[in-house]
Amino acid sequence: MGKRSVIPFGPQHPVLPEPIHIDLVIEDEKVVEAIPSVGFIHRGLESLVDRRDYNQMTYVVERTCGICSFQHGMGYCEAMEHVFGVEVPARAKYLRTIWAELGRIHSHLLWLGLLADGFGYENLFYQCWRVREKILDMQEMTSGGRLIFSVNKVGGVIKDIDKEKLDIILKTIDEVEAELETIKDTFLLDYSVQSRLQGVGIVTKEQAHDLGAAGPFARASGIKTDMRKLGYAAYPDLDFEPIVSATGDSYARCYCRIMEIFQSIDLLRQAIAKIPNETDLFTPVKGNPDGEYFMRVEQPRGEAVYYVKASGKPYLDRFRVRTPTFANLPGLCEMLKNTQLSDVGLLVLTIDPCISCTER
Amino acid sequence: MSVLKYAPEALKNLFKPPVTTKYPFEPAVYPEGARGHIEIDIDDCIGCGMCVRSCPCGTLSVDKMAGTWSIDRFDCIACGYCVEKCPKKCLHMIEGYQTPGVKEGAVTYTKSPEQLEKDRIAREEQAKKAAAAKAAAAAKAAEAKAAAAPSGIEQAAAKKL
Ligand code: SF4
Ligand code: SF4
Repeated sequence: MGKRSVIPFGPQHPVLPEPIHIDLVIEDEKVVEAIPSVGFIHRGLESLVDRRDYNQMTYVVERTCGICSFQHGMGYCEAMEHVFGVEVPARAKYLRTIWAELGRIHSHLLWLGLLADGFGYENLFYQCWRVREKILDMQEMTSGGRLIFSVNKVGGVIKDIDKEKLDIILKTIDEVEAELETIKDTFLLDYSVQSRLQGVGIVTKEQAHDLGAAGPFARASGIKTDMRKLGYAAYPDLDFEPIVSATGDSYARCYCRIMEIFQSIDLLRQAIAKIPNETDLFTPVKGNPDGEYFMRVEQPRGEAVYYVKASGKPYLDRFRVRTPTFANLPGLCEMLKNTQLSDVGLLVLTIDPCISCTER
Repeated sequence: MSVLKYAPEALKNLFKPPVTTKYPFEPAVYPEGARGHIEIDIDDCIGCGMCVRSCPCGTLSVDKMAGTWSIDRFDCIACGYCVEKCPKKCLHMIEGYQTPGVKEGAVTYTKSPEQLEKDRIAREEQAKKAAAAKAAAAAKAAEAKAAAAPSGIEQAAAKKL
């Protein structure tokens, strides 16, 4: 047994776009324990509920995260709609689905780029982000913002996507799919990429379940979980199955996310084909909210939970978000045990950490 | 061989111009409806303060009497909620971001002197009308009171009975 020492990892680290600190207890080059600490970018967004009314909160909640901003706004609005007991018009549900899936594609492409950067394949990193740019353009064209959409409203959405724009989306996702085929082969078949990903950071199905893993991290370990199956927005009308992989290593997590991009492209096509022709985009809500609700949505990184509690005032009593990265941190620490120090950076990336939503 | 997969791409990139543009030397292209920044048609503003109350960032302020509307552009998150709420539809979300500011603080927009004058006259007229209405109401009330109050003889008669 070698001598133990502690190496700090982060909050500033080349592989991390965001600050998280992990104390790595190592023996020789092997990690024996990982102790995380978060709290570098806490902004106190949840406590704003007592100063911002429930409509203004829509814009605050969506700024919880810059990547899955739309899904945050959607989760909050769906929760509030349940409190009010209003039904969202069908077209608005489909629009939400389209925006959510566009967001998933761009988030996964971003992650693939970061992963490629993490194992030192700069060219691949640029390829992924170049493709992602097309999705960002679609987002800006349809919502007015590249990443922050601001189209959700309690009761529906405030913007429509007309037929012309839907056609442009269809054309663009065809191009994205073609480019993705090449990128996919490089990620999944290139042997030097495989040597960095295969058999590293294995999390078994039992471990993932016991530690409460969420999203692609859990699905890569063979847990068939997908909150979209709970049937919010237009997902009940669409045909899809969660993508799972059994091996639970970094390669499986990469595989799941790549396949989910193809799945999202398919969901977009289904949603655009089925979108009803309505003019109503939102149901007006009256009065102040009264009641509480738990809403679960599937974000690109996994399951996010929104809790709202109101008591007949324009200001909510309590609002809480449980983000997927928060759920995946215990799994990450378990995964880091018995790995090589040089793999730690890449392994932290494979849970797709989003620290600013974790700390809100 | 996946190494060669990117060879055509690399060759193409050697001769292609870059995909990025040289902003700010080349103008940026924004799609229609992009949320860039807020502009106001200040002469149409009635100073109701709906925008101030709706803004989640508290970046707006309005002075009805002075006919001014101010925005701290550094605080604005371009959410567009004020545009949705303005009853006169005089706020607009304009494509294209603001040029960088040189100093912090709010930018104030003031109504044109003609509009201020018009507003003043309108206010005075309104005040006059209100005063006239009040006087009329008072006179009416007095009349009604006089009519309702029984006259001296009737009162005496009532006492006798
Ligand atoms: S766009 Fe949003 S943040 Fe900006 S002034 Fe209007 S309400 Fe306030
Ligand atoms: S809501 Fe419109 S009319 Fe009212 S103060 Fe603001 S800008 Fe003026």
